[in-house]
Amino acid sequence: MKCKKCGETAALDLRRHNAAFCSPHFIEFFRKQVREAIRHYRMFEPDDTVMVAVSGGKDSLALWDVLIEEGYRTCGVYLDLGIFDYSVESRAKCEAFAAARGQTLVIERVAEAVGAPIPVVQKATRRPTCSACGLSKRYLINRAALTHGYTVAATGHNLDDEAATLFGSVMHWQTDALSRQAPMLPSTHPKLIRRVKPLYRLSERETAAYAFLRGIDYIVEECPFARGATSLAHKDVLNRMEEASPGAKHNFLFGFLDKARAAFEAAESVTLLECASCGQVTTGEICAFCKLADQVKRHTAP
Amino acid sequence: MKVILRYPKREVEVSGRRRVKELLRDLDVLPETVLVIRGSELLTADAVVGEDDVIELRPVISGGAW
Repeated sequence: MKCKKCGETAALDLRRHNAAFCSPHFIEFFRKQVREAIRHYRMFEPDDTVMVAVSGGKDSLALWDVLIEEGYRTCGVYLDLGIFDYSVESRAKCEAFAAARGQTLVIERVAEAVGAPIPVVQKATRRPTCSACGLSKRYLINRAALTHGYTVAATGHNLDDEAATLFGSVMHWQTDALSRQAPMLPSTHPKLIRRVKPLYRLSERETAAYAFLRGIDYIVEECPFARGATSLAHKDVLNRMEEASPGAKHNFLFGFLDKARAAFEAAESVTLLECASCGQVTTGEICAFCKLADQVKRHTAP
Repeated sequence: MKVILRYPKREVEVSGRRRVKELLRDLDVLPETVLVIRGSELLTADAVVGEDDVIELRPVISGGAW
């Protein structure tokens, strides 16, 4: 297969775009997609400061790499989940990435904030591990961005992540989740940082290829708690559809964003309050994170 | 050729030249779920791989939630 741009041997074929690119032209294509995402949703401007949530995986480090190359003022935030060797290795990848590029990396320890590392949190709650972990991440990233004075929090969610989340929400008709799913969630409260997903136009395979071709040393191993996660089952279904019909994932997600999301957003409205315990934003009296921390505290009490 | 797979990490021997898309089909791997790596290069579906090659099929699918 030849590169669509220059005719050299291609490194990656993109069936949904009916195209293939050599390494330099794929990197150019990838960055153009990120620029288009930022422009289309007005995610941030050059004078914004962007805190990138990094896990040590391909998506978040690829995102940080692009934003640095595009000249944005960024820092990384790594959440140490305390998941055995997986956390040790993923943290080391983030630290090495930041050091090599002269960037600041903020480290937040979940064990300090919630009262225990994720493996203990899992035992203390009846929630699926990924649910308690996701809740902790959203809370701590927002808090870290506020504390360090950043105006935007960026995550490495890609097209596959977003399509799988949408699929799961539709399967259960979770209209509140459908109203909140977007590449850009504006700040609707002084203590709520704007959240953006600049990789939403790019597939998981494309972010992996970008990371590989840029020589980014990322953690390939999967989080041990992700095995059997529902999101993986949804991705499998969607990838089988993609194999039969290239572009299926893109059409599913973009169709929702262009034609359906606004209706769900209009139907759901919430009043934002400040948590009586920690002061962060919530819809109730006590936020879900403080409830989780309280549950962990009771579980670990002697 | 030697093919390196993950989850769990393992190696399988595959004999005979073939295109990458045929190799993936024979191993029951969806093309959308892996990078096909030979040394420092990525291979497209129509690339031909042979007896002496070492091919890594690196998964690209992440689980979990935010």
